[in-house]
Amino acid sequence: MKTILLTVTMLFVGTLTYGQNKNAKASIEVDGVCMMCKKRIEKASIKTKGVKSASWNLDTHELRLIFDENKTSVEQISSNVTAVGHDTKSFIASKDAYESLNPCCKYRDEGVVDDHK
Amino acid sequence: MEQNSKNQRIPLPGANVFWLNTTIGAMTSDDGSFKLPYDVAYKKLIISYIGFRTDTLLIETPKSIFHVLKASDDLGEVTISTRRKSTATSYLSSQNISTISSTELLKAACCNLSESFETNPSIDVNFTDAISGTKQIKMLGLTSPYILITTENIPSIRGASQAYGLSFIPGTWVESIQITKGAGSVVNGFESIAGQINAELVKPTTDNRVFVNAYGSLNGRTELNTHFNTQVSDKWSTGLYLHANNRSQKFDRNNDSFLDMPLAKQINIMNRWQYTNLQKGLISFLNVRYLKDKKQAGQLSFDPDTDRLSNTVWGSEINTRRFEVSGKFGYVNPDIPYQSLGLQIAYSDHEQASYFGLNEYDIRHKSMYSNLVYNSIISDSRHKIKTGLNATYDLYDELVNSQIYDRNERSVGGFFKYSFDDLDALNLTAGIRIDNHNLLGTFLTPRVHARYTPWEKSALRVSFGRGIRAANIFTENQKLFATSRQINVQSSGGAIYGLDPEIAWNYGVSFLQGFNIFGRKADLTIDFYRTDFENQVVVDYENPYEVNFYNLKGVSYANSFQAEFSLNLMSYLNLKTAYKFYDVKTQYISGKFKKPLTSQHRYFANLSYESYLEKGDGVWKFDATFNWLGKQRFSSTEISPQAYQLPTYSPSISTLNLQVTKVFSKAFEIYLGAENITNVTQNLPILSSENPFGSNFDTTFVYGPIFGSTFYSGLRFKLN
Repeated sequence: MKTILLTVTMLFVGTLTYGQNKNAKASIEVDGVCMMCKKRIEKASIKTKGVKSASWNLDTHELRLIFDENKTSVEQISSNVTAVGHDTKSFIASKDAYESLNPCCKYRDEGVVDDHK
Repeated sequence: MEQNSKNQRIPLPGANVFWLNTTIGAMTSDDGSFKLPYDVAYKKLIISYIGFRTDTLLIETPKSIFHVLKASDDLGEVTISTRRKSTATSYLSSQNISTISSTELLKAACCNLSESFETNPSIDVNFTDAISGTKQIKMLGLTSPYILITTENIPSIRGASQAYGLSFIPGTWVESIQITKGAGSVVNGFESIAGQINAELVKPTTDNRVFVNAYGSLNGRTELNTHFNTQVSDKWSTGLYLHANNRSQKFDRNNDSFLDMPLAKQINIMNRWQYTNLQKGLISFLNVRYLKDKKQAGQLSFDPDTDRLSNTVWGSEINTRRFEVSGKFGYVNPDIPYQSLGLQIAYSDHEQASYFGLNEYDIRHKSMYSNLVYNSIISDSRHKIKTGLNATYDLYDELVNSQIYDRNERSVGGFFKYSFDDLDALNLTAGIRIDNHNLLGTFLTPRVHARYTPWEKSALRVSFGRGIRAANIFTENQKLFATSRQINVQSSGGAIYGLDPEIAWNYGVSFLQGFNIFGRKADLTIDFYRTDFENQVVVDYENPYEVNFYNLKGVSYANSFQAEFSLNLMSYLNLKTAYKFYDVKTQYISGKFKKPLTSQHRYFANLSYESYLEKGDGVWKFDATFNWLGKQRFSSTEISPQAYQLPTYSPSISTLNLQVTKVFSKAFEIYLGAENITNVTQNLPILSSENPFGSNFDTTFVYGPIFGSTFYSGLRFKLN
């Protein structure tokens, strides 16, 4: 029984590592409000080791990523984006990171969002 | 609440209700009700729900409110009031590229590509001679052979089509034009020296289903353009484009016995096929083009049937036939969009049979071009690479009076371009090309561009690059046939007509700054470019009885400085103005002189106005373009008899063009314009016009308009 379980687990792990995609695609929602935010979000994503391409859409707030699954993960990228001050679904930017944003980028503020409309 | 199509009221749970400028709010419960604390200070209540129009209610006293939200589909169309600039210079690219959109092309009667630069200060347009009506363009003080002109990135205006090629692309076929100043890209070839001009043509999937343009002018020119585009299947679309023009009226307003404008007839047909398969990432184009063009110039009384090759009446005919087939095949990896592969193949057969008085010139140029380009990245999309292979084959067959010149040119090359974009302030591209050409040898042409953004809305660019080309001395200087000059090619044993390849380095710096003046958008561009010739085929007109071609011995350079300012004066009123300074000098056998017929100072201004959108999409557009050219040096006429001597410099000259367009609806518009409304003309553009077979006959001393003012009108009809 134990050997069967072990073999199945090994096979399972085997297929997992075999299936690591070098050009994995992912889409995460990142909050932001202007072109400066776009630059900051894309820069933080692409500076993450393993990320090949990052493109953030201003209207839909969608960050399209292509990355090497062996080198990084969606969590790692989200965490780096949040570290520069932008909220994502998984993480919320810390107070310090958010405060350090340029006043026109403060996307949590309704007034700032309206200004950009 | 929301109201559905049956006019029933349905509660909206989860709608946001809050007081404006506060954090006091609530969500509506299942029955659509909510409760909020009231304060006299709270005036506006905002109710919002995704998919519905957000409403603002003015609350004066605390009371019960009942409100129905409207679905956001009910919204009328929202008009965006900031217009996109018709000519936009990129703030981001490393190359100094400005794009002329189709809106800009509509500002002047751009009947063909040679007339599409009238409202753009970076390109200078002038007539090459007084009889053929050919317009030539210049960039950075250098003539069009030094500019790589491509149609959808395939080099097109080169070789036999150099002289008149721009007039063989109808204006309505052009979707947009990209002008690159300074060293171009390694991807398109090694021939660009002063810059690159790329014309994107209209595509079957994006052009109007039916488009008709009819044009007529008081100088006897009529034109007709018709486009038909249709989707044939879910992946294939096709377009058929027809152009015809005619000028059959004879004009001689300056009474020199010569036609001011040639008689002309042209028929031009293009058929395009577009294949789009987005799931597989495939996009392809297939084009077929055929052109037939006839021009007749010279004296009023000249009859081609009886007076051809006569030595009493001077006349000229230029007959051109051109056939082209080209294809572009592109594959973009749908999963990895930065990886793509493209193949371009083009074949053209250009035939010109012409005579100018007693000079005969025929040329047949067959050309085969292929280019394979692969795009990808290194580690991440900040580092992009472009690499590929190119093979070109040209077959030239020329007859110059009684001399035959045959030439085959074959080249194969590879290029590699690396681009770095740090997503912030720096964008750098470095490209290198290596080519093996049977006549030019094996050589490298590097091209480097960098753009740095020191602060907001600015772009500082530098570029340098090397270009090399084979000078097609006869086809590029056809104006010399309309003179009595003796043609001398001073051979040095070189591979091209006995002459060496032209090699030049181009360096430049430009600075673009966007800013606001009293709340209105403005931008200022200042650029400086220098082109230095290592070798040039010097075209020497300094002896009025001869035209001499020889390899450069000494220095030849072109310095160009341009300051361009554009301002959005009022919502719908835009001003663009530019000052240009050119210092172009060449070492001729007789001395180092300024290049003839190039102004040192030029000034340009364009004012454009578009009225507010009236009901039913009716709009008025006005455009005024002013050009001032400083004096231009005439090549030497010192040894000519007194009667045929010209001053060292021409006078300065200024012209004004106006156009009014009335847009009745999205489908129909008419336009009315005046070219050279102040009726400025050059006195005596033709030397020895009373004796065209004498030894002083010359039609090339042209510094301004030949034909005075002319008025034109046209209509555009679109169906979608």
